[in-house]
Amino acid sequence: MSAHKPTDNTIDLPFLTDDAPRCYRSFKTGTWLTEIDVRNFIQLNYTEYTGDRTFLAEPTDDTRLLWQQVLNLMIEEQKKGVLDADTSLVSSIVSHGAGYIDKSLEKVVGLQTEKPLKRALMPFGGVRMAKNALESNGFEFSEETQKAFDAIRKTHNDGVFDGYTSEIRKARSSGIVTGLPDAYARGRIIGDYRRPALYGVDRLIEEKHEQLDSLEVSSLNEETIRLREEINEQIRSLKELKVMAKNYGFDISKPAENGTEAIQWLYFAYLAAVKEQNGAAMSLGRVSTFLDIYFERDLAEGTLTESGVQELIDHFVMKLRMVRFMRTPDYNELFSGDPTWVTEVIGGMGVDGRTLVSKTSFRLLQTLHNLGPAPEPNLTVLWSEKLPEGFKRFCVDTSIETSSLQYENDDLMRSYWGDDYGIACCVSAMKIGKQMQFFGARANLAKTLLYAINGGKDEITGEQIGPAMSPISGDKLTYDEIVPKFDAMMDWLANVYMNSLNVIHYMHDKYYYERLEMALHDRDVLRTMACGIAGLSVVADSLSAIKFADVKIIRDDRGLAVDYEVNGEFPTFGNDDDRVDTIARDIVKKFMEKLKKEPTYRNAVATQSVLTITSNVVYGKKTGSTPDGRKLGEPFAPGANPMHGRDKNGAAASMLSVSKLPYEYAQDGISYTFSIVPKALGRTDEDRTVNMIGLLDGYFNQGGHHINVNVFNRETLIDAMEHPELYPQLTVRVSGYAVNFNKLTKEQQMDVITRTFHESN
Amino acid sequence: MENVTGYVHSIESAGTLDGPGIRRILFLQGCPLSCLYCHNPDARPFKQGRKTDAFSELREIARNREYFKRTGGGFTISGGEPLSQPDFVKAIFDGCKRMGIHTALDTSGFTGHKADDELLSYTDLVLLDIKHIRPSAYKELTGVKLQPTLDFAKRLADMKKPVWLRYVLVPGFTDDLDDLAELANFVKTLGNVERVEVLPYHKMGEYKWDCLGIENKLADTPEPTKDEVELAVDSFRKAGLAVLS
Repeated sequence: MSAHKPTDNTIDLPFLTDDAPRCYRSFKTGTWLTEIDVRNFIQLNYTEYTGDRTFLAEPTDDTRLLWQQVLNLMIEEQKKGVLDADTSLVSSIVSHGAGYIDKSLEKVVGLQTEKPLKRALMPFGGVRMAKNALESNGFEFSEETQKAFDAIRKTHNDGVFDGYTSEIRKARSSGIVTGLPDAYARGRIIGDYRRPALYGVDRLIEEKHEQLDSLEVSSLNEETIRLREEINEQIRSLKELKVMAKNYGFDISKPAENGTEAIQWLYFAYLAAVKEQNGAAMSLGRVSTFLDIYFERDLAEGTLTESGVQELIDHFVMKLRMVRFMRTPDYNELFSGDPTWVTEVIGGMGVDGRTLVSKTSFRLLQTLHNLGPAPEPNLTVLWSEKLPEGFKRFCVDTSIETSSLQYENDDLMRSYWGDDYGIACCVSAMKIGKQMQFFGARANLAKTLLYAINGGKDEITGEQIGPAMSPISGDKLTYDEIVPKFDAMMDWLANVYMNSLNVIHYMHDKYYYERLEMALHDRDVLRTMACGIAGLSVVADSLSAIKFADVKIIRDDRGLAVDYEVNGEFPTFGNDDDRVDTIARDIVKKFMEKLKKEPTYRNAVATQSVLTITSNVVYGKKTGSTPDGRKLGEPFAPGANPMHGRDKNGAAASMLSVSKLPYEYAQDGISYTFSIVPKALGRTDEDRTVNMIGLLDGYFNQGGHHINVNVFNRETLIDAMEHPELYPQLTVRVSGYAVNFNKLTKEQQMDVITRTFHESN
Repeated sequence: MENVTGYVHSIESAGTLDGPGIRRILFLQGCPLSCLYCHNPDARPFKQGRKTDAFSELREIARNREYFKRTGGGFTISGGEPLSQPDFVKAIFDGCKRMGIHTALDTSGFTGHKADDELLSYTDLVLLDIKHIRPSAYKELTGVKLQPTLDFAKRLADMKKPVWLRYVLVPGFTDDLDDLAELANFVKTLGNVERVEVLPYHKMGEYKWDCLGIENKLADTPEPTKDEVELAVDSFRKAGLAVLS
């Protein structure tokens, strides 16, 4: 543990010692006082915690009573699909009055609508989508609202389709690019929700006015005009945020004075974001150690007890578990289980060598014990070899018990993003309040390989989607022939994909700008264009089969290659075999280089992820048989995973293959999902704990970026499929997020069950 | 150091059940025993499996070092019966010790005489399987004689080589309490047995018997109950041994 060295950043403000506003009493002052700089505040004031879990408190009676009510609502919701929904009132920050679960019990208040789990109406992404979502769930969309939108309000979705070229439309409907945020909010933007707590909303508004002053320039170009308009919108949203809080009886124009207020202010800011935007991922950021500073002060002043702090955290987390959006069946097929990706990162190390683990990091994990396992919030441990032992143990014990955590490599990311970054969605790192991304879903590389074989014709419909290049004409696939064709097809894909993203984000900024989330950012932010790829292991194994075995083409009567006969052995991804792992690594690098050649909207920096979420099932459905022996319609492996059952040498070999994928060329994240049966982790609890820590240390030391950890028996899942009522809270980690197993479609449940489980031999 | 070829059945890159910590486990092909409860009958025939050599395997082991480091893990050679390929085992263990990697040998002891003193000097831990303490029952269960295993156990005791004793508990075959007491007393007299692992018979390997088309004489034998396992564990504990199950 290194010493606390606040002196460099501390500025001498003597007036503070006497006349300091009450809210900042006993805080160490620094640049955070004069600038909006939450990180500086944290660095100067937080207390590392290097002990174990023994200090933690059980749920209070109020927590138990309140959670029981929420659980009952959730069980009812699971039966009905959707509990209730707005059909005419359009959601905004101030659209609804105060809503409560049970006012007498709630320590943190605020709901998206006036009733718990009632879903708000959010048509700005696309009014057709909103209507479909309502109707497919048995509600009727208000005619009046429909008319109003038809007559006076164009939505994001309309804009996007005005912009799409015929080529983009074709690529979209064939499924070579899919999951695009062109009919709902893009999400993946994290407001710095800590700012209202630390500074009060008035101070943030003041800051925004100063930003406007800085844009009083003599000649206005498009960029400046847009920014001026955006900042004015940001100011309006901040004013609305104050009104919303007022409806609940809180004045958040001033900074929070204690922990109870800090967590409430912070939650209000987050709530305003989810009232305005139904983004695929509405992540929270990195709040625990920030809040801990307030709790430490309250504990020292004797105004809160440990049990009281845990109660606040438990109630806050309950709220996060209740965030809901209205989705269509199509959307749910892609991303099952009502995911909202309320991702909160916990732990990590500071650049000064101190750990950022605080007692409140433990308290957040404790919610999984106090309230039981749950998919949301998407708790993400930033792992470092140097994390305190007590924290490591609590994390892995929680994983073994609940399968509700994911882990990401802090030692790797810190060198890119510093020590105040969060994760949007599953694996996308960004500096809080200083960086945002344009979410780009993903392109299907496996299908691209098939297009290369068939000269740009779709292997299922036979339609010419890609450029009409010469198809492979012989009966056998050879490596030397396919590689240049695949390369050329990837050039085309990168181009059409980036074009579609440029249209989407141009229109999103225009019709569905994230006013409130961006109000909680600096004036100038780094924007990334977050592209993604699906089917990496299918492509790697296919190219390996072509290179090391004999792959005969089977054509149908249209002359299209529709199936393959593979003779002989070939190495497959996931066995620490460089012959094929190098192929996978090169594909990642090559496609990234192609993306980098494409111009991007707002000069965003192109990045990519290797992540599918649950869409690996849908992608597989839309992709014909591949040369690796995978048949038409069969799912891909999720994210960067080896194909199901092809990693034959156990967990370490599988992890080694994945850790060879270069983060440098996939800075939006590389997702790996790992399932293991408890017995395979060791014979005793102590062995299991130590071995799980060892697996994580080993994987991350070798450069792995992300890992989802599931610890359960295959039989449990099969039983849960047959008797869902016995497992109301069974949580499984799938590519980058967690879901309630019962909310997956049957196909996705089967996909999870057939995945490689590491078992004892 | 000389390179040696060997035949491998399969690999587990992150095993946790065959020795301490996270281990890379090499299952060798070929076994002279024909245990009724064998869960890897496909590993029995000789000269099948993947042909490999010690240097290739050592390179792979070296790549897994990150996983061994923090858990006190290492490399385990199992099978099949690894001592059917003693030169291969010796070469790999020699290499492991040169890299400072912990080594464990998982053996029935039947071919213990093939492990020379040099091989054992590279061996940090022996996982010794004594499948029964009565010669006739041992023969019935495994098809081979018991005495070589007992001889090997005594030789290891004389060398003070750390041993984890493993005992598979099969209802109706290996759960007689008198036999268990006798085995426990024998094990206790050895003085070098650090722990005893009682492994409840499981039926997960049964499908392999069907695949191979060989008769499974334990088809009707159930897995032991928790209480039965507890009784067996107690037999060893009473003799003053540290037991895990």
